[in-house]
Amino acid sequence: MIRAAPGLVVALMALPVAAGLAGVVLPAFGYFPALGGTAFALAPWRALLDWPGIGASVRLSLVTGLAATILSLAITLLIVAAWQGTRSFRVVTSLLAPLLSLPHAAAAFGLAFLIAPSGWFARAISPWATGWQRPPDLLIVNDPSGLALIAGLVMKEVPFLLLMTLAALGQADSARRMAVARSLGYGRVTGWVKTVLPAVYTQIRLPVFAVLAYSMSVVDVALILGPTRPPTLAVQVLDWMTAPDLSLRFMASAGALLQLLLVLAALGAWLLAERLIAARGRIWAAGGGRGQALDAPLRIASALPMALIGLGVGAGLAGLALWSVAGLWRFPDLLPQSFGWRVWADQSAQLWRLAGTSAGLAAASALIALGLTIGYLQAGASRLLGIIYLPLLVPQIAFLPGLSAFALWLGLDGSWGAVLAVHLVFVLPYVALSLSDPWRAWDARAGLTAASLGAGPWRVLLTVRLPMLLRALFIAFAVGFATSIAQYLPTLLIGAGRVGTVTTEAVALAASGNRRLIGVWAVVQMALPMLVFALALAAPALVARRRSGLKVT
Amino acid sequence: MSLRLDDLRILRDGAPMVSLDLTVAAGEVLTIMGPSGCGKSTLLAAIVGALPPAFTLSGRIWLDGRDVTHLPTHRRQMGLLFQDDILFPHLSVAGNLGFGLSRDTPDRAARIEDALGKAGLGGMGTRDPATLSGGQRARVALMRTLLSAPRALLLDEPFSKLDAALRDQMRAFTFEQAKGLPTILVTHDQDDAKAAQGPILTVTGAPAA
Repeated sequence: MIRAAPGLVVALMALPVAAGLAGVVLPAFGYFPALGGTAFALAPWRALLDWPGIGASVRLSLVTGLAATILSLAITLLIVAAWQGTRSFRVVTSLLAPLLSLPHAAAAFGLAFLIAPSGWFARAISPWATGWQRPPDLLIVNDPSGLALIAGLVMKEVPFLLLMTLAALGQADSARRMAVARSLGYGRVTGWVKTVLPAVYTQIRLPVFAVLAYSMSVVDVALILGPTRPPTLAVQVLDWMTAPDLSLRFMASAGALLQLLLVLAALGAWLLAERLIAARGRIWAAGGGRGQALDAPLRIASALPMALIGLGVGAGLAGLALWSVAGLWRFPDLLPQSFGWRVWADQSAQLWRLAGTSAGLAAASALIALGLTIGYLQAGASRLLGIIYLPLLVPQIAFLPGLSAFALWLGLDGSWGAVLAVHLVFVLPYVALSLSDPWRAWDARAGLTAASLGAGPWRVLLTVRLPMLLRALFIAFAVGFATSIAQYLPTLLIGAGRVGTVTTEAVALAASGNRRLIGVWAVVQMALPMLVFALALAAPALVARRRSGLKVT
Repeated sequence: MSLRLDDLRILRDGAPMVSLDLTVAAGEVLTIMGPSGCGKSTLLAAIVGALPPAFTLSGRIWLDGRDVTHLPTHRRQMGLLFQDDILFPHLSVAGNLGFGLSRDTPDRAARIEDALGKAGLGGMGTRDPATLSGGQRARVALMRTLLSAPRALLLDEPFSKLDAALRDQMRAFTFEQAKGLPTILVTHDQDDAKAAQGPILTVTGAPAA
């Protein structure tokens, strides 16, 4: 069983992506017998290029994706460079886990409620500063240049990159490198960028690529915050894919493939930029500039986005919760005039049903992923293979439509099992990423000691290693659970509308503009993973309350 | 009882590192000395069956007339102690001792209580190992190993993390408790070697100065 795990993991990562891409490439060139496409043709591409919005859509995807990635990376690195080793840094890092468990869609709704013309920001400064008695007629959310979308993405990607950077810091010997740089008279930020960054960056490259691919092709956040006419390419492709007119499938497939090519081109450009910056950076690093005067301004410069992200998430979530129980709430009042549980009561049957489906899918996929990851690591894989990143680097919109066509062909679409399987494709990488570091950091002498006492490999695993890694196991489970809860596109396309979750329901409400309804569903969507995270943090502490030696792992 | 290293050689990337051909009799303590990196710990890893893949091993290891060269660690019946006690943090003191004691031992509880008494820890079985002192933890680790009924004892600098006063005590306690077992002690401490009162060699079998 253990021996089969690595093969199983690789197959689980590679096969759905390969099958899904095949299911997109063929129709993109006119081949889809079920829809009458029996010969290869370039007609889908012609149709795609003739669509008047194509130029704007492509530009939006590129600009929002690249801007979100560059901003997220810059903010992350600046925060770490300016604050690593300080008490504020430890406080910030302890807040990362709950931030990460927050689904993208809930964070996006929170931001939308905050910055909308009738949102809390506008209310806070009205009418005394703005003179607005009614919400101004401004397109802030869904703005045509995608600024709201970029902000929504940055808000969620900075915590992710921060966590990845933290994991890399330990392996980059950062404390000693910094000590050397500081003793040579380097400023904190300059010293960090010149000595630690090169080692850290090689470790976080794949996560950065994943952020780029994700930001360029995200669907749920773009549906909530992104431009509408035209939308980003990924949203437009989904629109065509799910249109009643099935002949649009050909053009949709060409669009999905174009999305993949765009991501590949952007990754290529990123690689090129890496080389240029590295070459220039080496000259700069050897130049001897200490940059001591930069520390104070850069600290402030990095504290600002940090505070904005915290404020955006915190106030956003509070706004969602408030709207869900708001009665009459006139502009520009800061708070509703009355409160009530009416919307919660109206929705309760549906809420329980979909929350049950969501939690079931999430718990099952996280448990299976945990089992597979343990098997994979126990089989002796000393490093995680790069293939674990495959489902995170290939845009979901580029291969999920093809995969759903396969599921349809196999008669599996719309089944709970098929949705579970596709969730696993995205849950497994995050569970593996979460568990692999603590797994490696475990003191192997404990295993050797147990073996020398007569314990066989299974007994060592079950009675020594897993109990010692209890905390990490709970956290990996919570990460997997949160990942599954947040899945929108896989649930929508493979579930074929018959498997609904709180996420598909919440995102479907985005266009409705019904704030109370959106508030209810978004609150449930964020509450589920946060609850599991809280339990994951509390449970091992409870189990191990009489074993203080366990806290180290 | 005896532990025999029969023309045992360990190569690292093809370069010879360890070569020993000797027998450790029951009750004898063989001390292996040398600077760090000379292969002392690698020798113990080889004897216990946990040689890292970068090394190759030739020769045979015999324990009580049985060839254990190719047995997995958990079937070799060799007790191993490190400089850290490696008590399992998720188990109580008694739980750690019980881990070492074979499942079908009659009177498990009495055996564990007896071991606690010998270690001067009577009645402390339910304690969290993290709450014990360094010396107490070292004694629990030794008793845990002895409860597993080993046929030989391998000691990897087991006293080096204890402070001077405790070290003498622990040495005396260890050699007293391990009486009758063939023992290999790896150390770079002259006093350890003297206290062991046995032959003192380097990893290539030469008498150590």
